[in-house]
Amino acid sequence: MTAAASFDLLEVRNLGKEFIIGEERVLALKDASLTVRKGEFICLIGASGCGKSTLLRIVAGFETATSGSVTLRGKPVAGPGPDRGMVFQDYALFPWLTVRENIAFGPTERGLPKAEIKDKVESFIDVVGLRRFADAYPHQLSGGMKQRVAIGRVLANDAELVLMDEPFGALDAMTRERLQEELLDIWQRTHLTVIFVTHSIEEAITLADRVVVMAAGPGRIDRDERIALPRPRDVAAADFNAVRRELGAMLHSHHARKTA
Amino acid sequence: MTARDQTVADLPAAPPAAATAGRPGLLRARRLALRAQPVLLALVVPALLFAFWQFATANRWTRLIPTPYEVAEYMWDFAFGGIYDDAFSATLHVHLLASMSRVYGGFILAAAAAIPLGLMIGRIAVVRQLLDPFFQLLRPIPVTAWLPLSMIFFGLGPKSAFSLVFLGAFYPILLNTVFGVRSVDPRLFEAASMLGCSGSAMFRKVVLPAALPSIFTGLRLGLGLAWFVIVVGEMTGVPQGLGAAIMDGRTLSRTELVICGMIVIGVAGFLSDKAVQALGRRLLRWSPQHQ
Ligand SMILES: Nc1ncnc2c1ncn2[C@@H]1O[C@H](COP(=O)(O)OP(=O)(O)O)[C@@H](O)[C@H]1O
Ligand SMILES: [Mg+2]
Repeated sequence: MTAAASFDLLEVRNLGKEFIIGEERVLALKDASLTVRKGEFICLIGASGCGKSTLLRIVAGFETATSGSVTLRGKPVAGPGPDRGMVFQDYALFPWLTVRENIAFGPTERGLPKAEIKDKVESFIDVVGLRRFADAYPHQLSGGMKQRVAIGRVLANDAELVLMDEPFGALDAMTRERLQEELLDIWQRTHLTVIFVTHSIEEAITLADRVVVMAAGPGRIDRDERIALPRPRDVAAADFNAVRRELGAMLHSHHARKTA
Repeated sequence: MTARDQTVADLPAAPPAAATAGRPGLLRARRLALRAQPVLLALVVPALLFAFWQFATANRWTRLIPTPYEVAEYMWDFAFGGIYDDAFSATLHVHLLASMSRVYGGFILAAAAAIPLGLMIGRIAVVRQLLDPFFQLLRPIPVTAWLPLSMIFFGLGPKSAFSLVFLGAFYPILLNTVFGVRSVDPRLFEAASMLGCSGSAMFRKVVLPAALPSIFTGLRLGLGLAWFVIVVGEMTGVPQGLGAAIMDGRTLSRTELVICGMIVIGVAGFLSDKAVQALGRRLLRWSPQHQ
């Protein structure tokens, strides 16, 4: 996807976040700045504890920043809203609602006309490939299917920016690969903007237009690398491996510095 | 893996044809035995107790307790009359209905008060700080201790009985509702708020359904306790009711009447619980713990 006809959708400026645990202060984020253009697929990568989830949660509006600002389409973000949809690693589906009802939750809450809700919900059930399970409850689904419901739920709610926090982290390799493919397919068809947290270099290179590398102590944005490989990407190709080696070296140099 | 945690994705395969072919009779017998087993097992202890009772009274270990046969005969008279024709003949339905109206009335009032209160105590910090210590303080006081005060407030009669049943059922429902709300996965609130849900809609759409399994546990315990306290509740000078009948039996030294009252309360409480459980299973179809 080219960024030519697009604009800056999300602007994160000098974001800082301090947690106070008892007597101790943890600087989870320091001076993090990031601009995301409409339609971009961004992967956030970095060692655990470097503030990836914190950054995502501030953008989602679940946490407030200690300093700095987040604006979406130029408007400051204050609290959670339907324009930003979060896909959690542990799904967070409503267990008392069926697949169809979970997907309908957002449109219903926003009070859209009944007919419109129905159209939307039915079409997104198909988009995420859950037609046969539309009336099943979450506990009857596999992990991969649950994550599809979670994706369908934010898509049906017209989220413009989809935030995904290690969404495929708990899934087996095969399911993960399929979901990556499907996610890319959906992204290309629906012109979404995605920020995707992962700790797999391979996953980041498979998915991203840009890989943003974060580092810990204090949590900060360290590198911002554009992945120029053509799509669809082939994990076995030589150029893919070259990029993987390069990014791996970056991540490991942090690790070496941190643990030295 | 039990049948209940099967996912839709791996529905059971058809049983191998060879195993079932040619022996349908045997299979049906085995299936019947499987279904009868829990019922039979549940009857073992009551049957033993019954046998012991029969044995002990037949051998005159005590003369104060009537034999099972006497009690059965009395139960018949209590229900349908025609044997003794005394003041209690054919009055079972009157007492049962009177007690049921108090048990269910008090229980429904308790649920109507405890569920909204519990939702608010669980979810709103100010309400919790305001009310939680107060309820914790009142909770250890047994219903029996409230009897005199209740009679002062509500006078002799059914109102007092109502209020005592209410007290008995209130705390388990309240505590379980609070517990249910407190243990909702906070991610669900985040998910709902990002989907555009807020304010009172959060109560209806997330807090209530998420706490429902726990609320149902509270309702079961509460209804059980409502039956449990009915005898105390009917010590308030009501003329009718199973508790009143038991207290009359005690004053008149009619032990068979006391035992009949106990049996009816036990069975009525048991059936009430089954009804609540069935309702719970319907409303909680989505929960793997309630299949
Ligand atoms: N709610 C919280 N309270 C206190 N500390 C937190 C909280 N959330 C995150 N942290 C701390 O902030 C830092 C960054 O955490 P996080 O954003 O979860 O990292 P990541 O997602 O990259 O693994 C960690 O040191 C973590 O302990
Ligand atoms: Mg994280």
